[in-house]
Amino acid sequence: MTTRAISVPRPDAGLGGGSRGGFGAVLRAEWTKFRSVRGWVIGMILAALLTMFIGVFVAANVHTGCQINGGPLKTGKACLPYVPHGPGGEVVTDSFSFVRQPLTGNGSLTVRVTALTGEHANLSAGPQQAGNGSMVPGLAPWSKAGIIIKQSTHQGSAYAAMMVTGSNGVRMQYNYTGDTAGLPGSVSAVHPRWLRLTRSGNMITGYDSADGTHWTRAGTVQLAGLPATVQAGLFATSPSYTVTQNSFGGGGFNSGPSQATGVFDHVSLTGVSRGTWTSTTVGGGGPLNGPGPGGGPGPAPYTRSGGTFKVTGSGDIAPVTPGPGGGLPTVTIGQTLTGAFLGLIAIVTVAAMFFSSEYRRGLIRTTLAATPRRGAVLAAKAVVIGAVAFVAGLVAAVVSIAVGVPKTENGGQVLLTVPVLTEVRVIAGTAAMLALAAVFAVALGAILRRSAAAITVAVLVVVMPFLLYATNIVPAGAGDWLLRLTPAAGLAIEQSIPRYPQVTSVTSLVQGYYPLSPYAGLAVLCLWTAAALALALFMLRRRDA
Amino acid sequence: MQATIEVNGLRKRFGPTLALDGMSFTVEPGQVTGFVGPNGAGKSTTMRVVLGLDAADEGQALIGGKPYASLRQPMRVLGSLLDAGALQPSRSARNHLLWLAHSQGLATRRVDEVIEQAGLESVARRRAGGYSLGMRQRLGIAVAMLGNPAAIMLDEPFNGMDPEGIVWMRGFLRSLAAEGRAVLVSSHLMSELEDTADHLVVVGRGQVIADTTVASLLAAASGDRVTLRTSTRPEAMTVLERAGATVVASGQDVLTISGLEPERVVVLLGEKAVPFSEVSAHRATLEQAYMELTRQAVEFRPAGFDAVTRQEVPR
Repeated sequence: MTTRAISVPRPDAGLGGGSRGGFGAVLRAEWTKFRSVRGWVIGMILAALLTMFIGVFVAANVHTGCQINGGPLKTGKACLPYVPHGPGGEVVTDSFSFVRQPLTGNGSLTVRVTALTGEHANLSAGPQQAGNGSMVPGLAPWSKAGIIIKQSTHQGSAYAAMMVTGSNGVRMQYNYTGDTAGLPGSVSAVHPRWLRLTRSGNMITGYDSADGTHWTRAGTVQLAGLPATVQAGLFATSPSYTVTQNSFGGGGFNSGPSQATGVFDHVSLTGVSRGTWTSTTVGGGGPLNGPGPGGGPGPAPYTRSGGTFKVTGSGDIAPVTPGPGGGLPTVTIGQTLTGAFLGLIAIVTVAAMFFSSEYRRGLIRTTLAATPRRGAVLAAKAVVIGAVAFVAGLVAAVVSIAVGVPKTENGGQVLLTVPVLTEVRVIAGTAAMLALAAVFAVALGAILRRSAAAITVAVLVVVMPFLLYATNIVPAGAGDWLLRLTPAAGLAIEQSIPRYPQVTSVTSLVQGYYPLSPYAGLAVLCLWTAAALALALFMLRRRDA
Repeated sequence: MQATIEVNGLRKRFGPTLALDGMSFTVEPGQVTGFVGPNGAGKSTTMRVVLGLDAADEGQALIGGKPYASLRQPMRVLGSLLDAGALQPSRSARNHLLWLAHSQGLATRRVDEVIEQAGLESVARRRAGGYSLGMRQRLGIAVAMLGNPAAIMLDEPFNGMDPEGIVWMRGFLRSLAAEGRAVLVSSHLMSELEDTADHLVVVGRGQVIADTTVASLLAAASGDRVTLRTSTRPEAMTVLERAGATVVASGQDVLTISGLEPERVVVLLGEKAVPFSEVSAHRATLEQAYMELTRQAVEFRPAGFDAVTRQEVPR
């Protein structure tokens, strides 16, 4: 038995290392704490894998198959029709009946619309009837007819248009995503609508009038790169007619085709033009076939009687949105990140334990003896776990989109492309959302001081609202409020396709739509996180350790 | 650099229990101060208040004249060990020391130094969850020494240590004091501090009962009694009582004498030719002195004081 020799430096001996006692030291200490517990590091890697899981391994493995006109059996991408993209890069529908003339240089087109009529699938009898082509008179809310100046007859080319609609009054629309309201109310022989488009260089200005005398400017848009000669004329088209039912335990929708006919007179085109009108159906946007299987041809796309023009079409000039009604199997970058809710479970678990586990064995006293500034300890833990979650989220989002999107496209889905900035927002926003949720859970750990309680509360308020809504356990209305008010609102940052008011679509969670806009949703999560941090700081300072 | 630990009039109540009731003492540099008292006397609570972990209702604790919480890198001023079990079980001793070193702006080299000092080289990279209590105590000592502090405060460091460890700990504490550090060591067993502490702060019921050196505490407990062994008890009693002493027969051949120095007893008995076989000064042990002091504190506890106090609540 030997007594160990003791050698310690004099109390005033230098120990090396920085002499800073600032926040950087606390931050470094908390980072060392995090990385030295293997379970937490594994938990964060797991969070990244779970976030990628659905986008890369589940949804991407869906393959469509098709056989067109007895041709060879095809799968995946080969089944897709031509998919036009608008000037802004987004996937668009560009199908309508077009009565046109080339117009060279500046000019102006004026018409009077006296009627907009149409018919749509009979959905009151259920979807089977719609499949049989049984039609009833009526318009879809966004059935439209009017005048248009378009770069060319190619699908996806630039345009500006003035139109009357089924139930949204007069609108000026341009380049698929632009939409401005004009005169309200429906058009009829008693209440006709005068429409005018004027080209001046790249600028197109739209006007409307109830009497042809008093004109109101609806808007001016610049169509970049408009050629000298454009196509100007009359158009009509009508999107799918959709009925949605929301009920407890789930929602449903029925959808069927529709067509619209516009009646025009007082047609006047000024400027250098050919002088004769030609009828074209852009993107197969002509009238529907007659009713019944193998029904004969429907109405003519264009008839003229003296100065009165009748144009009939079916389709839409609008951005494609996710879900039914668009007619295409679509995927969004946000949908490849659906797995984020799984990643959140792992992240809030690790984050809550990062603080609460110190209370279990009294380690918090060592921590606070090392750093008596309790606010600095809370802040350092929040920064460390937030940064780790951000990196995990960033990696997961980049991989999900880089791997999941091409796989999904090969499977036969159309990616609804978004601008680069939107893509950056979705990726960085997902990472930020995970980071905020992690900080929220750290604060809960400090407040509740028990791992089980902190994890339970974090999962309940951050993840459960999304799950309850996505699985239709709560009705859609209640689900909307859950995703507005709880920290789960932050998931809205993943929404990549905006809600277009000029498109009737099913904007549900499954399609990647959230009740709050992306930044508003993230702001709700921010508020919750800030509130939790404030309460954690108050409790940490007030309570004995 | 020297630092004194000053505790001034601390008062703290946990619900119905008055844990600290005017606790005041000073820990001087260059000596080991034993902090002794029965369980529940307020030793741990005092230490938590010193570290700024618990807020006192009244009074204050200062380290080198400053409150602990105001120190930028407090572990470089006061090293402490409160609870050796306060470890994340899946983190290794080395990583535990590493994060603490980072928090004080200390170099990694210092971590390896204290690991060696505490004799933890062979286990430093293993999960702390598998350590014995003795190993945890050594890790706790390493943590306390990490910042090479001028003052050090250890709560029950002997707990769970084997005899070799206790010998090591005593030598270690002595050497710290010899280097000029202020050392405060708590224990509920006075015997652990025998031969270690220079100064004693004995507490009970949240108050200081005695604040004294070990030597004077022993002298006070021993009194000035002399033990005499003789075959002629009656003659010896007559001689000594005549000289003004109080004499009590405390055994068949043994007398206990108060009021006379041992030397005077020998001279008196020699003059009268009274035979004796042994004269010795009575010497109390530290443990006896402590029992004497704390008996009152225990006896006069009001009903209800035995309610479980904060220190004893298992966490």
